[in-house]
Amino acid sequence: MKSLLMATAAATLLASAAMAEVKVGMITTLSGGGAGLGIDVRDGFMLAVKQSGRDDIEVVIEDDQRKPDIAVQLADKMIQSEKVDVLTGIIWSNLAMAVVPSVTAQGKFYLSPNAGPSALAGKGCHPNYFNVAWQNDNLHEAAGAYANTADFGKSFILAPNYPAGKDALTGYKRFFEGDISGEIYTQLGQTDYAAEIAQIRASDADSVFFFLPGGMGISFLKQYADSGVDLPVVGPAFSFDQGILQAVGDAALGVVNTSQWNKDIDNATNAAFVASFEAEYGRLPSLYASQGFDTANLLISAIGAADISDADAFREALRAANFDSTRGAFAFGPNHHPVQTIYAREVVKEGDVFTNKLLGTALENHSDAYAADCKM
Amino acid sequence: MIAERWLNMGVLLAFLAIPLWALAVDEPFTITLATRAAILALAAVGLNIALGIGGLVSLGHAAFFGLGGYAMGILGFHAQSFTALELGPLTIEGTKSMPVIWAVAVVVSALAAWVIGLLSLRTTGVYFIMITLAFGQMFFYFAISWGAYGGEDGLSIYVRNGFPGLNTLVPIQFFGLVFGILCLALALQARLRLSPFGLALNAARQSPARVEAIGLNPMRLKLVAFVLSGAITGLAGALFADLNRFVSPTMFSWQLSGELIILIIIGGVGRLMGPVIGAALFVALEHWLGGLTDFWHVWLGVVLLGIVLFARGGVVGLLTGKAGPHV
Amino acid sequence: MTTLLIIEQVLNGLQFGVMLFLMAAGLTLIFGVMGLINLAHGSLYMVGAFAAAWVAGATGSFLLALGAALAAAAVAGVLVEMLVIRRLYRAAHLDQVLATFALILIFSEGTRWVFGSFPLFLDIPDALSGPVSLPGGIQYPLYRLTLIGIGLVVALFLWWLTARTRIGIQIRAGENDREMIAALGVDISKLYTLVFALGAALAGLAGALVGAIQSVQVGMGEPVLILAFVVIVIGGIGSIRGAFIGAILVGLTDTLGGIFLPELFKLFMEPGAATQTGSALASMSVYILMSAVLIWRPTGLFGARA
Repeated sequence: MKSLLMATAAATLLASAAMAEVKVGMITTLSGGGAGLGIDVRDGFMLAVKQSGRDDIEVVIEDDQRKPDIAVQLADKMIQSEKVDVLTGIIWSNLAMAVVPSVTAQGKFYLSPNAGPSALAGKGCHPNYFNVAWQNDNLHEAAGAYANTADFGKSFILAPNYPAGKDALTGYKRFFEGDISGEIYTQLGQTDYAAEIAQIRASDADSVFFFLPGGMGISFLKQYADSGVDLPVVGPAFSFDQGILQAVGDAALGVVNTSQWNKDIDNATNAAFVASFEAEYGRLPSLYASQGFDTANLLISAIGAADISDADAFREALRAANFDSTRGAFAFGPNHHPVQTIYAREVVKEGDVFTNKLLGTALENHSDAYAADCKM
Repeated sequence: MIAERWLNMGVLLAFLAIPLWALAVDEPFTITLATRAAILALAAVGLNIALGIGGLVSLGHAAFFGLGGYAMGILGFHAQSFTALELGPLTIEGTKSMPVIWAVAVVVSALAAWVIGLLSLRTTGVYFIMITLAFGQMFFYFAISWGAYGGEDGLSIYVRNGFPGLNTLVPIQFFGLVFGILCLALALQARLRLSPFGLALNAARQSPARVEAIGLNPMRLKLVAFVLSGAITGLAGALFADLNRFVSPTMFSWQLSGELIILIIIGGVGRLMGPVIGAALFVALEHWLGGLTDFWHVWLGVVLLGIVLFARGGVVGLLTGKAGPHV
Repeated sequence: MTTLLIIEQVLNGLQFGVMLFLMAAGLTLIFGVMGLINLAHGSLYMVGAFAAAWVAGATGSFLLALGAALAAAAVAGVLVEMLVIRRLYRAAHLDQVLATFALILIFSEGTRWVFGSFPLFLDIPDALSGPVSLPGGIQYPLYRLTLIGIGLVVALFLWWLTARTRIGIQIRAGENDREMIAALGVDISKLYTLVFALGAALAGLAGALVGAIQSVQVGMGEPVLILAFVVIVIGGIGSIRGAFIGAILVGLTDTLGGIFLPELFKLFMEPGAATQTGSALASMSVYILMSAVLIWRPTGLFGARA
């Protein structure tokens, strides 16, 4: 039952773990095909903990293998055996849905560094659940808003046939004012999009919106670029993060995508984060890394302001969000989800490295569509 | 070399002793792990009836595991949201009672096993493996796109269902319940093997033609075994869902079917305690190795490879020095 | 829906089919000759893709990358055969399942160990990029046409190899009676290694070719592996011809199902629900096809033995 214990760098061997005042359990994906995201969140989080110089934070990290049942058991383990105060780290919505309700029901805090399923933002919201990333619909809504400013009239939209995919298309349509010329649900994990691209070619669309996270997006973009269809494409940042872009290559150049973070957002915290992340790990940070970094800094700010054994005071300290975010201004809405600005960015090449450049603002101080349903 | 009977008793005792020890030293998570191992063992015991005695290598048992899980998930969901389940003219109330959920899980998965068995038993060998896989995949994709019960996100049941006279939220009590059911299933399998039905089934695996010649219907024998097997695995699925208080389509995935087969092979095919030893070993390995390195799957692979190459007949075969039945 | 679109979709189905054939051919040969259920075949596909991406990144040459994919997968295949599989020919089928499952774990996480957790980059060569105009005004990617061509050439080569050469005769004889051909003086273990290497090389080739238009990442082999098994079971295990026809059937069903089923449901359902129901049914269509074939013909379309 030996677990991967990563005490903070400042916690020397002499200052033993027994001195730790706050114990954090991180459940994230570190093996298999989706490991890149979990590794980024973990690295961003640990970087912030290290930079804080505090020796009273202990982080226990475990790999959920992207399996919901394993994630639930790890949460049980962290609460029952490790006696953690705060949990964080989950990447995928379906794992969050499995873990978060039971964690908050047991009186622990959960800080989400990535997933933001709508069920947890509306009726299922909870005072001990804080989302530091976004509500799932946010980036898609921003894509819809961007499509309006870009004067798209008819969009062809596609996403995988699972709940987050349906949320994506709903989110885009919520803000997009033009017509939908075609709507396709693809298979989850699909790798060949020739058939869908042929549909796009045959349609009368003037633009394409897609939500295909991870490897699915890589496949789609490469095949789309090779197909000769030259309609403009827009999508959320999940197919354009720093880890994936190098695998897409030229096919992604010039594509507009929406994100709440980019490495050239102009503030001191962000500049320091990008530089120190690159120095520490030898690669550029992704939005996932920024979310992990912000999550840790939120936690550290609350630890500084209140004692974790006083749950009400600690909750207030979290709600105040009194920390310097890599995104600039950051505040929580009534349902403990971010109210933040979402940007449009464009894929560019800097030297040999593909990365994103800010284009402009897609949605200013944006909350989410479910906040009104949240009663707490 | 140890006689298989002593080995079996030792394994069961150890299985009981570890959680009790964990209770004494206040390590509740070890009890949770033992419960997980016991439930996986129960699912594999179910599969072992088809695979070990009947020679039916099913790569679709996740279908029954998932059906059991969703029986719990759907009934629990309606109970916690105080809505009734409308099934055409029928109105079914949700429930939080484990015995009722188990009964539903067993009946539903037995029915599914009957239909799948009827269609699949026309084939043999690898074709049988693949047709059962196909049915499992159909359930998997159906569950993913079935939005009413969460689709890929799955369903969370916030509080574990109840059993009369027990507080199932206390880890050791839930473990006791699961362990009791596991023992019952093992007793059933032990009796079954020596019953006229079990002997005929064993014969049908070795030589269907001869069984037919003495006037028995091998097809029917196999179908009964398959249904029984599916029902037990379905029951395990309902328990697994209650352990996690969560169901999702991953319970239907082919990887899970594969894992069940692998549990049996690790322990020893056709052995009474094969699934139990396999499950305990697999869960233990998963957790020890998982803590050692990010790339622990490599080492899990190496250990499994070692078992195949150097421990023919699984762990039971290694310890008793006897080869198991050839499947 | 226009005729042109339907033709384009049929081409897409064909292209998917011939790529599945490259995977399925090796799998069916290995099963037919050695009776081995090789779950690690998908890992060889992944090895091919990673080798190609690495070499293409280092040299910039797609042809070298393809060569590297063939070589790397074949070498991995030979190693696997000599170190592991060879000890298991006499073992029960289930031991082979466990062993090859263990190999998947080792290959997948080993690859992540070596190449990291992020997908690799592999692109179509410039000469083959972009669409071409086909008669009737269809715009179709040249690379996909090339894939169809390569698949057909490999199919012809395999037919020639099994039907017209001495090796082919030995392979077919080995499928029927391995003791007998050993008694006739054929070095059976060398033949096995050769067949395994050939199957592995074909999987590696498929991985590299497909990797150029998809994502080269850990775990890319498993979905293809399952489909390849579906293909050889539909076609009848051990039959190259069956694998070819099965692959085309599966490719067409999968591609056309995804397009036409939602349209079909729109005839009597409201569009949103029709799209979702149709997509759900489309993802099951390949498995429905397989169970239908097996219920009708329990040993597949061209399967000889029960």
